[in-house]
Amino acid sequence: MLLIHCPYCEEDRSELEFRWAGEAHIARPENISAISDEEFAEFFFLRNNEKGLTYERWRHIHGCGRFFNAARDTVSDRFLMTYKAGMPKQPVPETGASEKTVETYEATEGDAR
Amino acid sequence: MVDSGANFGSDIAARTLPLAGFHGGSSAARLETAPPAERISLRARAEDVGALSGALGVALPVKPKTSSSANGRTALWLGPDEWLVIAEGNGGLMQAAKNSGVLHSAADVSHRNTAILVSGPGAAAAINAGCPQDLSLKAFPVGACSRTVFGKVEIVLLRTAEDAFRVEVWRSFSDYAFGLLCEGAQDASL
Ligand SMILES: [Zn+2]
Repeated sequence: MLLIHCPYCEEDRSELEFRWAGEAHIARPENISAISDEEFAEFFFLRNNEKGLTYERWRHIHGCGRFFNAARDTVSDRFLMTYKAGMPKQPVPETGASEKTVETYEATEGDAR
Repeated sequence: MVDSGANFGSDIAARTLPLAGFHGGSSAARLETAPPAERISLRARAEDVGALSGALGVALPVKPKTSSSANGRTALWLGPDEWLVIAEGNGGLMQAAKNSGVLHSAADVSHRNTAILVSGPGAAAAINAGCPQDLSLKAFPVGACSRTVFGKVEIVLLRTAEDAFRVEVWRSFSDYAFGLLCEGAQDASL
């Protein structure tokens, strides 16, 4: 079972209680009525979809109900850290980030092509 | 209106509990339906918790996964600004919250929820049949409470004694929750 640390409940809880909520730290433009369609599309629709370290919003929807931020490695599906909504983007702790991930597509399927 | 109006009305519309007539369990975990209760879903800011606690006669807990009981009322921490307050019978919770005089949101959910009482040496095992939380006494002591999942539905779980839990569940999900608890209770007795 994948456990996720909720910064409001202050403990690890089952992934079954959580819901993914998209990329984190996307600020709504303050001059929203003045920006061009292209700028609006950039803000509203376009996401980086990073491979590896990514910052996401998650919601403890079947627990405390709160949104929070998480740093997750999309290759290993490992949560590196979580922190409360409203906090600035946090640096990932050294220990978690330096861990070697396994089971990439290239490592497991690369030779099959 | 005719004289027999009141009697006529009671004949065609009798209120029944969502789980009226249900019973079940096993030698390890007994399942009972809880008596009707009054419930409010309460939201408030941190600075108003004191005034609301005073008005309700029960301290709203501010520590995650904790509850408090006083004067026949129980307040369960659901989130940093959210509580479920339960009173046996008709406790006037809405009026009490209003009397606090501070900004808050209270919704009467007395009939949205119903509750199943699970007790016995296999109570935790029966609930763990569909709930992923660690229900050991160390992680989930008496008085601990949490909103969580049970199979495919959401519940609010409260530990009322070392071997007893109250499972609060939305009434339309209660049939499913009771059925899955029955299976969990059977497995707990094996
Ligand atoms: Zn939480």
